[in-house]
Amino acid sequence: MMRQGRLAAWGIGLAVLIALPFVYRDPYHLHILVLILIWSFAYTSWSMMGRFGLVSLGHGGFMGIGAYVTALLWNHLGWSPWIGIPIGMVAAGALALIVGYPCFRFRITGHYFVLVTLALSGIVLQVITATRDYTGGSLGYTPNRASGNKALALQFDDKITWYLIALGVWLFGIVVWHWVDRSMARYALEAISEDEDAAAAAGVDVTAEKLKITLLSAVMTALAGAVYCQYQMFITPDTVSGIAVSLQMVFAAIVGGLFVSLGPTVGAVITILLAETLRIGFGTKAVGWDNLVYGVLLVLFIIFLPKGILGSVLDRLKPQRKVPRAHEQEAVQIARPGT
Amino acid sequence: MQAFLDIFDIYLLEAVINGILLGGVLALLALGLNLIFGVIDVTWICYAELVMIGMYAMYFLVQYYGISYFIAAPLTILLVAILGAALHYLVIAPLLTAPPINQLLATGGVLFVLQSFATVAFGIDFRNLGIRLPVLAFGEMHFSYARLLSFLAALLGMVAVYLFMTRTFTGTAIRAISQDRQIMALMGVDTKRIYLVTSAIGGGLAGLAACLLVLQYDVHPFVGLSFGPITFLICVLGGLGNFIGGFIAAFVFAEIISLGGLFSDLEWGYVLAFAFFIVMMFIRPAGLLARRR
Repeated sequence: MMRQGRLAAWGIGLAVLIALPFVYRDPYHLHILVLILIWSFAYTSWSMMGRFGLVSLGHGGFMGIGAYVTALLWNHLGWSPWIGIPIGMVAAGALALIVGYPCFRFRITGHYFVLVTLALSGIVLQVITATRDYTGGSLGYTPNRASGNKALALQFDDKITWYLIALGVWLFGIVVWHWVDRSMARYALEAISEDEDAAAAAGVDVTAEKLKITLLSAVMTALAGAVYCQYQMFITPDTVSGIAVSLQMVFAAIVGGLFVSLGPTVGAVITILLAETLRIGFGTKAVGWDNLVYGVLLVLFIIFLPKGILGSVLDRLKPQRKVPRAHEQEAVQIARPGT
Repeated sequence: MQAFLDIFDIYLLEAVINGILLGGVLALLALGLNLIFGVIDVTWICYAELVMIGMYAMYFLVQYYGISYFIAAPLTILLVAILGAALHYLVIAPLLTAPPINQLLATGGVLFVLQSFATVAFGIDFRNLGIRLPVLAFGEMHFSYARLLSFLAALLGMVAVYLFMTRTFTGTAIRAISQDRQIMALMGVDTKRIYLVTSAIGGGLAGLAACLLVLQYDVHPFVGLSFGPITFLICVLGGLGNFIGGFIAAFVFAEIISLGGLFSDLEWGYVLAFAFFIVMMFIRPAGLLARRR
């Protein structure tokens, strides 16, 4: 009953989302929606490993690889993004394996894992900046306009096509999230996030499980980067890679809620709308204001609402939910000290 | 051929010495971060942003109010020390029992706040102190006087902290807490006060670093990103909380950046340093000086 109701809600919501651009055509609002969907996908990809305590600050690097590999192959070799995007995803995945395997093999966790991945996104940013003869460095990079077939070059001028593509990509991310949520891997990863040694003793292949989720997350993030690049047709190292982007992913996922499928999406809606509202409200004076509000919110959220907006709202709606997992319980205890 | 080798060696030596000079300031930054990590068990992701605020303070005190550099410096150190204590009191203290990741992310939020605060308050222009120190020529090598001065001041700062940590009661308590945080409360040490003092010292070290860095670099809101990540990597490489390891790692890193920059662009020096870090993490996950268990 409950399940059917939920499926129906998803179906109706999706139908509305698909029908939307045909009814409502304001280009600016559609642009914002496309951005929200693409970033939601990126945040969802991050949260797939973030929810298991694998906090990575290297996802800016994966996103940058996806975007730059696709654009570079198109401009320098003339390879269509249809080939370039998979190559970018494979490249990001390979990098994730190269860094991830030793990390997990040698039990680099917690602070150390965060800082190793931080170094990773630092490397990608510096490499993009250093190879400025090819990538344009910090001034940014524009994929060449296609002269022939637009679909082959994955360049579309109308917003509706892009909206539908972004919607599809976002939906794909949500489906994968649910697929992981129902898989055995989830239980294994939850066990790992609570106690690695105990999980290993119970027969969980810790290294393999962590590697799988990291690979999946990195590859999806690279896809997000490539789609973003094709949509915006302009990328700079600072907008698609580096530490700022990585922190932005963490921030949005936490604000929305790490442990629910639509949490990162809610986070993207809130952060992007906030940034846009502040940008329009303050005009050019707003430089910095949006990030100032972001930062304050992030700190407040982590102190008072570590489960995020959507997570907390859902908890409020059904208090007798199944026994929360230990790390969530911990999070709840932080939220309400004294209980 | 011989002439080529001579020139090459001079440049190499110059790069090596410049690396050592750079290492001094990096070691100072790493010391502050290590102190906080060792005692409070928290990584301040926003540490470099405190330095950035300090650099702005120096800029305004010296350029705007016309205060002499040597009077402005202690004021800046004091200001950043207060900022450090405030950061601990407002952000870290409520999260002391939270998972380490949450603490890390909260300071990540502070990074955003400080960066955008600087953008809003001071704009994104590059500013510099306008003090141009002479370049020291030694044989055929050239060193900037500012770097030499920073190196010496950084060394002095580190010696001062060392003396404080070994010769005073508070310093001894700080070191004791980093060894066993539960038992010290039972020994009659007010851990909350010690945490605040430690945060203030960590902030003060960031302030000192700011006074030195402002001599060499322009200040802008994102200046922290250019040396912040390096500082964390140095601390991790040396073993978080390990002062001596951090000190050595700072010089190793500085040499890699300086020598890498000699053979190619400065960015490649950084890339090399980052790559070296990742490789080292696999060989010695607990830091350079850690004993194998």
